[in-house]
Amino acid sequence: MIAQTWWMTHRQLKALLRQPAVLVITLVQPIVWLFLFGNLFRHIIELPGFGSGSYLDYLVPGVVVMNAVSSSMWSGMGVIDEIDRGTLNRFLTTPVSRGAIMNANVIVQAVSVAFQSVMIVLLGWAAGARFPNGAAGPVALVVASILLGTTFSALSNVMGMTLRQRESIIGLSIFLLLPLTFLSTAFMARSLMPGWMQAIASVNPVNWALESARGALAASVDWGTMLVHGSWLLVLAAALVWFATRTFRTYQRTV
Amino acid sequence: MQIEAHDLVKTYPQGVRALDGLSISIPQATVFGLLGPNGAGKSTAIKILTTLARPDSGRATVAGHDVLAHPDRVRRAIGVVAQRSGTDPMATGRDNLTLQGRLYGLGGTGLKHRVAELLERFDLTDAADRPVRTFSGGMQRRLDVALGLVHTPAVLFLDEPTTGLDPEARTALWAEIERLSADERLTILLTTHYLEEADRLADRLAIVDRGRVVVEGTPDVLKGELRGDAVHVELRSTANEGALRPVIGGVPGIVDVTVDGRRVSARADDGAAAVPGILAALDRAGVAVATVTVARPSLDDVYLRHVGRRFADADRAISHTDDSDADTLVGAGTGGHR
Repeated sequence: MIAQTWWMTHRQLKALLRQPAVLVITLVQPIVWLFLFGNLFRHIIELPGFGSGSYLDYLVPGVVVMNAVSSSMWSGMGVIDEIDRGTLNRFLTTPVSRGAIMNANVIVQAVSVAFQSVMIVLLGWAAGARFPNGAAGPVALVVASILLGTTFSALSNVMGMTLRQRESIIGLSIFLLLPLTFLSTAFMARSLMPGWMQAIASVNPVNWALESARGALAASVDWGTMLVHGSWLLVLAAALVWFATRTFRTYQRTV
Repeated sequence: MQIEAHDLVKTYPQGVRALDGLSISIPQATVFGLLGPNGAGKSTAIKILTTLARPDSGRATVAGHDVLAHPDRVRRAIGVVAQRSGTDPMATGRDNLTLQGRLYGLGGTGLKHRVAELLERFDLTDAADRPVRTFSGGMQRRLDVALGLVHTPAVLFLDEPTTGLDPEARTALWAEIERLSADERLTILLTTHYLEEADRLADRLAIVDRGRVVVEGTPDVLKGELRGDAVHVELRSTANEGALRPVIGGVPGIVDVTVDGRRVSARADDGAAAVPGILAALDRAGVAVATVTVARPSLDDVYLRHVGRRFADADRAISHTDDSDADTLVGAGTGGHR
């Protein structure tokens, strides 16, 4: 299965490398968020209780995580393309394991999320954002964004295989991206949110990624927050990849 | 038997019955044709035999393995060329073939040689390192067949291999398929809705209609079962079937009269000798004739005899009522028949 996962991943990475421009173009949106919000809400930190020295410092994890969600939600489009082209059916009649097909899909998504996350961190840093723990904090942030991206790309794959309509993927993105982002600490400190929002945020996986990244980025690392939220995220990502692999059965029932 | 299917039934979630008790047995090194119009259930049968879909009931073995109990063993033994090619359009022909080999656990110089050999054999060597999206339809289809052969399977499934190809590419692919069965003793299950294709390639064939086999045999035996020649009369205007049938049926030596719009078909021991009698009878009945043809029995006649309607009409009736892909045409098919 490891060898099969590698060859299936290799196939898609090769396709990705053939069009590097795609990765760069997808960075435009997070850059806009970063600099637009960064300037628009610059004075937000003056609110009592916000607790950050610079809004840009605060915003970088928010934009990294938001980008991970938004770019991974499109992953199901690739699955729909492969179903339409007959590629998925071709693989399903070879001995390749279903696990390897799904792993490759999420790994390729994880690689592009990792690349984009690193780029956003570097751009934020170039614009003046600072991270007190050196590289450790940003590394934790990138890892959290990968786990979150895996979760949403698996979900998007499930939708792609079961509904097989591009509209459903677009709908997923519209219905989930902004609510999940704004119901988290991406742009606003938790203590300044209304109570009901805080309650939702505590069960929002986007917020788990942010809590664990912010725990690692804090001047004194909050190991408890980081590990607890990080573990939740890991469990969720693993569960969704498992579920997405099971979805091949549902798909094959309708072939 | 390399392929055996017993009483396969498959109903899709929307209530469309694609297979309704289909049974076939195919011995080794045989090219077996499943012939039928779009939506007859051919593709569904292939999907079940290639482990892609599961039947609601019935059982099947391929290369000695049960498709439900051991799908993994079946997958190792078969090559599949589906209707939709499934090649990666951005990757090169060589990359597509190499990946396919790796999925079967091949690798190293063995795989490299196999890929080069297949490229050469299917006349793709010059284009091997170009992205597949630049391939012509015929090249694309040859690559599809090559993909199904990378791991030297015992059984090859070809689902409408020449649909959409121009006549030249079609003839070239036919020659290649004939060579595969002759040289490599491959068992090939071929679906087609071209009578000509079934006639030329298949050692044995089964006519499938509404999810079941209506008749099975070698093309020659099937044609031989039809007595004598086929006489086709094209009328100037649509005739009343009830009135016309006794008119022609009364001519000595004429059997199996069918009337289908303006087209009247019948069989005669000696077609040429029967023509004057038919023309005279029609003339007496006041029916104007446009053309008369006499032909040796064709698969179309076999189809007409067993299914009760002309192949082209069945195919057209179905394709007109549904424009989605062939896999989902069955509903329109069952609804559109008599």
